[in-house]
Amino acid sequence: MSVPARQKREPLVRMVKRDDISSRRAWSYRALAFVAALATGGLLILILGHNPLFVYRDMVVGSWGSPTVIKETIKLAIPLLICALGLALAFKMKFWNIGGEGQIIVGALAAGYFGFFMADFLSRPLLIAVMLLAAIVAGGIYGLIPAFFKAKWNTNETLFTLMLNYVALAVIKYLMNGPWKAPGSSFPKMPMLVPGGRLTQILGVHWGWILALVLVLVAWFYFNRTKQGYEISVVGASENTARYAGMNVGRVIMRTMFLSGALCGIVGFLQFSGADYTIAEGIAGGVGFTAITVAWLAKMNPFGMLAVSVFIAMLERGSNTIQTIYKIPASASSLLIGIILFFMLGCEFFITYRLVFRGSASPGRAGGGGGDGGASTSSDSASPGQTDRQKREESA
Amino acid sequence: MIDIVTALLMAAVLAGTPLLLGALGEILTEKSGNLNLGVEGMMFMGAITGLIGSYCYEQALTAAGIVPNGVISALVALTVSFLAGAFGALIYAFLTITLRANQNVTGLILTIFGTGFGNFFGEYFGLAAGGYVAVSSVTKAAFSPLHIPLLSEIPILGKLLFQYNWMVYFAIALALGMFWFFRVSRFGLNLRAVGEDPAAADAAGINVSRYRYLATVIGGGICGIGGMYMSMVTTSGVWVHGCVTGYGWLAVALVIFATWSPLRGILVAIIFGGLMIMRMYVSIPGLPAQIYDMVPYVATILVLIITSVRQSKEHAMPAGCGLNYFREER
Repeated sequence: MSVPARQKREPLVRMVKRDDISSRRAWSYRALAFVAALATGGLLILILGHNPLFVYRDMVVGSWGSPTVIKETIKLAIPLLICALGLALAFKMKFWNIGGEGQIIVGALAAGYFGFFMADFLSRPLLIAVMLLAAIVAGGIYGLIPAFFKAKWNTNETLFTLMLNYVALAVIKYLMNGPWKAPGSSFPKMPMLVPGGRLTQILGVHWGWILALVLVLVAWFYFNRTKQGYEISVVGASENTARYAGMNVGRVIMRTMFLSGALCGIVGFLQFSGADYTIAEGIAGGVGFTAITVAWLAKMNPFGMLAVSVFIAMLERGSNTIQTIYKIPASASSLLIGIILFFMLGCEFFITYRLVFRGSASPGRAGGGGGDGGASTSSDSASPGQTDRQKREESA
Repeated sequence: MIDIVTALLMAAVLAGTPLLLGALGEILTEKSGNLNLGVEGMMFMGAITGLIGSYCYEQALTAAGIVPNGVISALVALTVSFLAGAFGALIYAFLTITLRANQNVTGLILTIFGTGFGNFFGEYFGLAAGGYVAVSSVTKAAFSPLHIPLLSEIPILGKLLFQYNWMVYFAIALALGMFWFFRVSRFGLNLRAVGEDPAAADAAGINVSRYRYLATVIGGGICGIGGMYMSMVTTSGVWVHGCVTGYGWLAVALVIFATWSPLRGILVAIIFGGLMIMRMYVSIPGLPAQIYDMVPYVATILVLIITSVRQSKEHAMPAGCGLNYFREER
């Protein structure tokens, strides 16, 4: 084949996996993506007729400006963080637990059963302990169901866990309208939790925040320093390798999903007995979904999840403030969070790959000839030399 | 008795149509190997833009002193909602196909984004319009039940088959068209190959990225049209905050229950639609109404379990679905 024809086929841009990237460079890319996201959101604010800089400033002030709002922000971050920790357990073994929402609900309902009906028979510390335990067990079992089918028959867990969310939601609606309806209420709602079942506040926020911080450390230790954490990583990297190494893959999947669901169950308990004091349809409030992006953006690093969850909580709290100041609808927060997450997700690509443009000097290790690498289509005329080069690029 | 059954069936069809549209869009997307969990987001985007499109068209013409035309208004809503859904899907496609982001995460972010998009602009235009956005009677008439001479007048059958709004027929025609597309047409067969085994399709000379882009974007557009049905027919042309909430996920469930077949989708849409409105027509003593809410999801889970236990490849999700295709990692 003639050389000009080959150059014609060379794509305008092709991507090459980076060997390594300095963490400084990676973070500068992330910062750039973040600024670009803010600029896109700012453009929207500008079109609405406000000054984006003032709006952003008021969002920050609205979430960190006074002790009252700081407490609100932290209250929003707690469920996100704990749920993300739980989901990360499953994601690390490539088990797509999209059912955080349902596991939160089930945890809240289990805690609710004891909180509503057993409060008179148990002393306060015992009541709280029983509620917590019930939430852990219920959430864990709800996570175990799809794991069992996955382990046994390889049933698709993404869709299974997703559907379980709505089953749990229907259970709430049923209990709200029927057996658990608040006595004397004409409106379908559940009663309020007795003060004895409510969580003590430490520094103005229920003690869930301490639990969340402890869980961050525990999760880090579990992921990096324990045999079980190691097994999760191996199953995630390759099930066959895990099986070859003598691990019981099904058992690892079920055990991990029980823990994952249990952590989500704890979130349900905290929301019920620390924040809402009752159970309504919105008890999970999308936390199970948002936490997925928290875990993913933090790359399953518990400390990263701490940072990301606080940040998203700040955006949510800040949007409430700008609604009152600028009359910008509060739904703007979802819009802005969506934009920021899109950009952060997109920028990971540029951290993993670099782009090589047509005509630019070819990378040294590709042999320097023509640059007709793995990204061009229809390689029916591939010469042995070319496949060789592709191989080298892949292994690099 | 016949009257009740007819009314129930008609209501089921009307309630099932947006689910069918959302599911058809998702079937097209998943057949290409993209599991787009942003259906709800794209439906929200289609719902608000379709409504605003018609609203702006009416306002512009009324301001110019011309009487708006219902058919054109409906066409505006159809086009705009398609474009909005396609735009949401384009973001998804760019992130997952070109930038290789995780499909589940991208889809969920699209849901967050689209839900915010719909509710935000719904409230924003509502405030601007002084309370709420609503289209005029001209557009509403364009989305009201058709009256076809002779056919609509057949007793019972006429009512059951020929007295729906045009979008119902549009959705059914689309399902039939997609059935043909997947079974017979070359593009459809290629697309299925891309979804089942992208590496093999690539080796056969099929441009995997192009197929995935096109299927995902067009599928997103169809989801957008499904959302427009919600705002134009279900809520009769008035923006209701969060009007699509839950329907997008029900559409995802429908795709599974219909085992990725557009034709079965029609049937399942009527069943799901029936379950949604059943509580208004049939109350079984001792059975709480919320059971109806639960049935579609439980049934879907059962289908998932049964197909996996039987290892039925034909009724399962396309094998390559949910995974991005990297040629270098073949």
